[in-house]
Amino acid sequence: MATEHANSAEHGLTPSGYIEHHLSFNAHPVSEGAGFWTLHVDTFVMSVALGLIVMGLIWLVARKATAGVPSKGQAFVELIFNFVDDQVKNIFHGNRHSFIAPTALTVFLWVFAMNSMDFLPVDWVASIVAFFGGEHAKWRAVPTSDINTTFALALSVWILMIFFSVKVKGLGGFVHELFCAPFGSKIWVWPANFLFNLIEYVSKPLSHSLRLFGNMYAGEVIFLLLGLWAATGVSGTIFGAILGAGWSIFHILIVALQAFIFMMLTVVYLAMAHESH
Amino acid sequence: MNINFTLIAQAIAFAVLIWFTVKFVWPPLLSAIETRQKEIADGLAAASEGRNALEVAAKKSEITLNEAKQKASEIIGQAEKRGSQIVEDAKGVAKAEGDRIIAGAKAEIEQEINRAKEGLRSQVSSLAVAGAEKILRKEINASAHSEMLAKLAAEL
Repeated sequence: MATEHANSAEHGLTPSGYIEHHLSFNAHPVSEGAGFWTLHVDTFVMSVALGLIVMGLIWLVARKATAGVPSKGQAFVELIFNFVDDQVKNIFHGNRHSFIAPTALTVFLWVFAMNSMDFLPVDWVASIVAFFGGEHAKWRAVPTSDINTTFALALSVWILMIFFSVKVKGLGGFVHELFCAPFGSKIWVWPANFLFNLIEYVSKPLSHSLRLFGNMYAGEVIFLLLGLWAATGVSGTIFGAILGAGWSIFHILIVALQAFIFMMLTVVYLAMAHESH
Repeated sequence: MNINFTLIAQAIAFAVLIWFTVKFVWPPLLSAIETRQKEIADGLAAASEGRNALEVAAKKSEITLNEAKQKASEIIGQAEKRGSQIVEDAKGVAKAEGDRIIAGAKAEIEQEINRAKEGLRSQVSSLAVAGAEKILRKEINASAHSEMLAKLAAEL
């Protein structure tokens, strides 16, 4: 599996070269000077394509949704719909249908699809990309193992959180809550309250994004290490394949679980923003 | 771990996906599911209503049936009574008629007897007179004794 890289003069057969190649993004500067103005084309293309495929498939079913006896496709979509709707209903008590429940559905399905790219054998992806883009072309197939993706999602949720907090309680109510919760409204606990809230507001997007990123990144690294084993010979290839299959099966759980956790945290954060203290 | 423009691009993609779901995916699914739930609820309500109506109708039909049975037996009883009464009446009428006929016959017989007696009486008197005339022809004057004989006949 890793033999095509073995011939590469630049990377040689070194394990670090193999892993480095697989963990490099297909980065393109979008303006002069690069630095921040760099786009990971692989992450962006994969995530947008997956988002379009998944939500497009759901939309194709939803467009023809009937209140009568549902088709098998519609029954499956309704299963997902009801699963997400039930979760949101238990956490958020308000008009969930206008925004929060559809957002939860989007987050769940999109993150699930992006996580699922972990099931694609890493070297197959590399081979396909090498076929089109040359031996040194880089392509990371799992958008959620890019910190930019998870941060983008978590920060979007964070902004929504503040938006709903201000919308529900008003700007005054939001600021009041910053200084007067959770310890009370006495003036000498204001600094403590503010510090507490500041830490909360910083930690929420960090834990939200890093949890997903860490799980997906670690999963990818383990796949790479197992793929690396194939370079040691036939027995290594066999053991690597067996363990790779085992890790893939276990990863089904992680992929679904992390998507679910990401959705639940999104709903919880947005629901908390609606509550007054 | 390099944060870069990808983050902004992904956030925009996320926003577009959310907008798409809010606008085009969620509402048709929600309306389909809610309409179906309402239809099922209505159907169940109608079914239980129908069951109740059936129960009421069964009870009502049983009551009507019982009433009809009772009425029928009443009518049969009345008819039997009326029938026996008619028979009784007819018997009475027949007996009275019979009695009347018998009485009439008896009266007629009496009358006949009387008439016969009368006839006999007159014949006996004339016979007695004729006999007496024959016996007394020679010694008695018919006209002299006819008054006495008439008296005798009246006494008879």
